[in-house]
Amino acid sequence: MEKREFNVIAETGIHARPATLLVQAASKFNSDINLEYKGKSVNLKSIMGVMSLGVGQGADVTISAEGADEAEAIAAIEDTMKKEGLSD
Amino acid sequence: MTKQLKGIAASDGVATAKAYMLVQPDLSFSQSKIQDPDQEIQRLHTALDQSNSELKLIRDKAVETLGEDEAQVFDAHMMILSDPEFTGAIETKIKDDKDNAEAALKSVSDMFIATFEAMTDNPYMQERAADVRDVSTRVLAHLLGRPLPNPALIDEEVIVIAHDLTPSDTAQLNKKYVKAFVTDIGGRTAHSAIMARSLEIPAVVGTQTITQDVKADEMLTVSGLTGEVTVDPTPEQIEQAKAEEKAYTEQKAEWATLKTAASVTADGKHFEVSANIGTPKDLDGVLANGAEGVGLYRTEFLYMDSAELPTEDDQFKAYKQVLETMNPKPVVVRTMDIGGDKHLPYLPLPEEQNPFLGYRAIRISLDRQDIFRTQLRALLRASAFGNLRIMFPMIATIQEFEQAKQVFLEEKDKLIKDGVKVSDSIQLGIMIEIPAAAVLADQFAKRVDFFSIGTNDLIQYSMAADRGNEHVSYLYQPYNPSILRLVKHVIDSAHKEGKWAGMCGEAAGDPIMVPLLVGMGLDEFSMSATSVLKVRSLMKKLSTTEMAKLSERAITESISNDDNKKLVEALNL
Repeated sequence: MEKREFNVIAETGIHARPATLLVQAASKFNSDINLEYKGKSVNLKSIMGVMSLGVGQGADVTISAEGADEAEAIAAIEDTMKKEGLSD
Repeated sequence: MTKQLKGIAASDGVATAKAYMLVQPDLSFSQSKIQDPDQEIQRLHTALDQSNSELKLIRDKAVETLGEDEAQVFDAHMMILSDPEFTGAIETKIKDDKDNAEAALKSVSDMFIATFEAMTDNPYMQERAADVRDVSTRVLAHLLGRPLPNPALIDEEVIVIAHDLTPSDTAQLNKKYVKAFVTDIGGRTAHSAIMARSLEIPAVVGTQTITQDVKADEMLTVSGLTGEVTVDPTPEQIEQAKAEEKAYTEQKAEWATLKTAASVTADGKHFEVSANIGTPKDLDGVLANGAEGVGLYRTEFLYMDSAELPTEDDQFKAYKQVLETMNPKPVVVRTMDIGGDKHLPYLPLPEEQNPFLGYRAIRISLDRQDIFRTQLRALLRASAFGNLRIMFPMIATIQEFEQAKQVFLEEKDKLIKDGVKVSDSIQLGIMIEIPAAAVLADQFAKRVDFFSIGTNDLIQYSMAADRGNEHVSYLYQPYNPSILRLVKHVIDSAHKEGKWAGMCGEAAGDPIMVPLLVGMGLDEFSMSATSVLKVRSLMKKLSTTEMAKLSERAITESISNDDNKKLVEALNL
């Protein structure tokens, strides 16, 4: 399993546009991908799951992927996080 | 039998046609336990697929009629339909609890709706609750085999009648056939009302009972100008509605040609017609109506829409956006006007006997310089991106202006020393709303770059009449010669020193006041964006020399507000 921690620096946290892009990025992979925040874990391929967490600025989140393409998946998600200014 | 209804006028225009009932089918169902979960899941997927292809059609239609931005809501809907958490949870309920698909769908969507609606600090998420509801209704309709009415298929002229219109309903309306719509509920800012305005379909909302008062195919006339709806009109009423429709169409055509035109009078004199805004979001209306600038940007919304004092960066972003969008057209930014009837939860102000005569606007800014300096720094930084004019509100004395200017210059120097780019041509002006400043305008004019007259406050302070108190509301007299003399003195004082004078109160867009102000030589008129074209069209009919004579009479001969109202009305403009 691949795991990575991120600190969310975006002022608006993860919702709206960045959430959509993260879900789109995750959906390209076969691995099971989860987003964990404050002890709650949701499917990163689910827009409603991601948004229902209400991740705000300064939050520490963990993203994990498990499956054949887990390494690529995590790399792509990290890329999206940076590109969207969600984390540094 | 003829029936009259009155609702909220939500989108301009007049129409006559027969009713098309866009009323939801009965979507009630009974909750039951099922035997074969696989078959039930199959039913669910069929309904999901049907909903998905329907949404695709609606989306394409919306792109065509409304544009890519407005259509995005349906992408969100499709994303919900294919969301594994959403569909997965429904499948689990069918499998584990043996719920029928209808019941499983309802309980899962209710759960998401409740979660999103509970996020009261996040309006974006609250809107998503409406999306989930919209999507789940569509799927439920397919599960029950009672598909929703499909207004995209309308092929004759109709007026759509509905309890409420969802975004997906509104997007399906074909402008060619749908002449207007009328709903039971909703307000001017409801999503459907906003879409109606962007489609330019007349709309009346909030009639309470239209779905019960009219039957399918019954004739009706609708005025989106007045909010009046007539069911089963008499031939005379139909004729009148047709005449109103024609007049409106002609007027709109004339206004459209004025959108890119300058505001000039019959004798070719140019006046600046600008718009008032509260937030950068209002810029759409400013551009759509062809305003020649922003004559009043009320920055207090930045403070009021926030849970704490807005940071320099927050303010900078908003100011930059407004300046960049309008560039090279001028933007008059009024510094914070808090106090009076506007309060901030995080900035407790003392209880006052007379808040309108109390601690407000520039009086707070000069006292709480930390707040004032932050705002000026944000403005200075933004000045590099457009044509900035700064206006101080509630100035009563020369000293207050000098002091505010001093703070401005100090912050400007600091920023320049730090290597920040700031504009060197920022005009500094004052709002004229206190009679003391109006009377001393000749002295102020030597020191400021411009005046902008705020009529509401100038009238209430001059008449000593609280504008919110209905017992004295008769004293709100914008055309009273006393007020006009103050206005004239302010304009003349500005011109004597080569400065300009504007007006940013209600009166600047008032059809009685405009001819008088043109006569007095006011340079800039700033009003709500929706009045811009109306005023531009009115100005075309005015001759400055004749209006000068008229305003001279208004000031020297008239003795009342009514005298002057009649004087202008007699022009029959």
